Amino acid sequence: MIVAQRKPLEEILEMVKSYNKILLAGCKGCVTVCNAGGAKEVGILASTLRLARKKDDRPLEVDELTLERQCDPEYIETLEDKIRNYQAVVSMACSVGPQFIAARFPGTAVYPALNTSFMGGAKEHGVWAEYCQGCGDCKIHLFGGLCPVARCAKSLFNGPCGGSSKGVCEVDKDTDCVWHLIVTKLMEEGKLDRLMEVRPLKNWVTSRDGGPRKVVREDLKI
Amino acid sequence: MKSGSNLEKILTAGHFAVTGECGPPRSADHNVVREKARFLKGCVDAVNVTDNQTSVVRMSSLAASLILQQEGLEANMQMVCRDRNRIAMQSDILGASALGIKNLLCLSGDHQKFGDHPDSKNVFDLDSMQLIQTVKLLRDERKLLSGQEMKEGAEPRLFIGAAVNPFADPFEFRVYRLAKKIAAGVDFVQTQCIYNMDKFKEYLKQARDLGLTEKVFILAGITPMKSLGMARYMQKSVPGMDVPESAIDRIRGAEKKDQAREGIKMAVEQMQELKEMPGVAGVHLMAIEWEERVPEIMELAGFLPRPVV
Repeated sequence: MIVAQRKPLEEILEMVKSYNKILLAGCKGCVTVCNAGGAKEVGILASTLRLARKKDDRPLEVDELTLERQCDPEYIETLEDKIRNYQAVVSMACSVGPQFIAARFPGTAVYPALNTSFMGGAKEHGVWAEYCQGCGDCKIHLFGGLCPVARCAKSLFNGPCGGSSKGVCEVDKDTDCVWHLIVTKLMEEGKLDRLMEVRPLKNWVTSRDGGPRKVVREDLKI
Repeated sequence: MKSGSNLEKILTAGHFAVTGECGPPRSADHNVVREKARFLKGCVDAVNVTDNQTSVVRMSSLAASLILQQEGLEANMQMVCRDRNRIAMQSDILGASALGIKNLLCLSGDHQKFGDHPDSKNVFDLDSMQLIQTVKLLRDERKLLSGQEMKEGAEPRLFIGAAVNPFADPFEFRVYRLAKKIAAGVDFVQTQCIYNMDKFKEYLKQARDLGLTEKVFILAGITPMKSLGMARYMQKSVPGMDVPESAIDRIRGAEKKDQAREGIKMAVEQMQELKEMPGVAGVHLMAIEWEERVPEIMELAGFLPRPVV
């Protein structure tokens, strides 16, 4: 899923400082699962904003709404009859959401309340980690089911580098060295030969380096 | 000869080689490089010129290499994958060779988190293994990565080096990583600074058993300790560095004013021991910001004068 984090309150207050009526729009997709922008978080942020502005003696009216998804025009459309009632929309979806809203409703002020962090999963309750960089050419089966592109700080294809120490990445003591995991796993499985192959240069054309990407499925087009 | 470099000639002739190191300045002051060159001249067979080491911005490796060569030393130009993509790297390799660089050390590079621009973007289009392959392709196949061919004599003639760290984890894989670098096309390797000699001997034995010491020149890394503070810093704060307590104890055993001398004595003993080890083709002496002591270290080790091939 897309993992996101809410921006600091001060940053959001700064965004809405000139308004007195806004719509706070959550999303029932990924950001609900990672507890960043679902109905619950929309409720919390709305109350916090109201309180902060009340304290400042400049009340802010905040209406709450959580869409099925903000990455789908079908659900963005449901805002049509409401959006004119607000001076601004603050989206609690990943950055796709506010972009969709802004594109559909030109002239509307749209702000992101979240920072979109990465594609990942929950390692434990309250902890999410990055597992994928969306390079568009998945090769994890060559590396014991682990991704060196997203999970190695240097995206090495022939690791580990000299900074791997006791299974930990030199860049952050709380991050596993993915190459330590890859090597340990493949050696335990007796697959040293797989590690000995020099992996060739990666073709980054399917990654972001090839320009903004698009998936077209002719079979699904209407 | 693959490159005709002095380093290649010395190693191929079977002499015990010594490479030095020079970190370029954090300015455009060429005199800093010339000053360092003065101490190293006649003492070492080639000099590594670091490429923005520890991700701190410095004069470019190519520029400082050329200044060293103007001073009559031979450069071993370092190139890291952190800051350039395959377009820039190939371009710089061609340019370096055109300007007379004959040794190239291929490195992944320290992560920028450790340097003076932690907010920068990194590249890592290639890794060190792929960089070795690339230089070999340019040199031996006379082809660029695009497949574009170079006419005979127009290819870069470079002696290809790499770094190996026998002390990083997982230890059991480290010798295989050396084998992989050999398969990628490396001609010589320089090791991380050795303080844990027992571990290095174990690594070297593994390399000999796999026949690797017949296929590549191994230069053992030596960095003399200047003080107890430096020893402790190396032990605690440099990732992939193995400084055993016994080494710390030895420096600690000397009075503060004598610690530098003790550090040099340790380095000299290590160099002499390494010279007798089958499979070690030379040492890489990294006297970090201590170039002025290199003549003394080399003299004490009995490694002077340097052979002329």
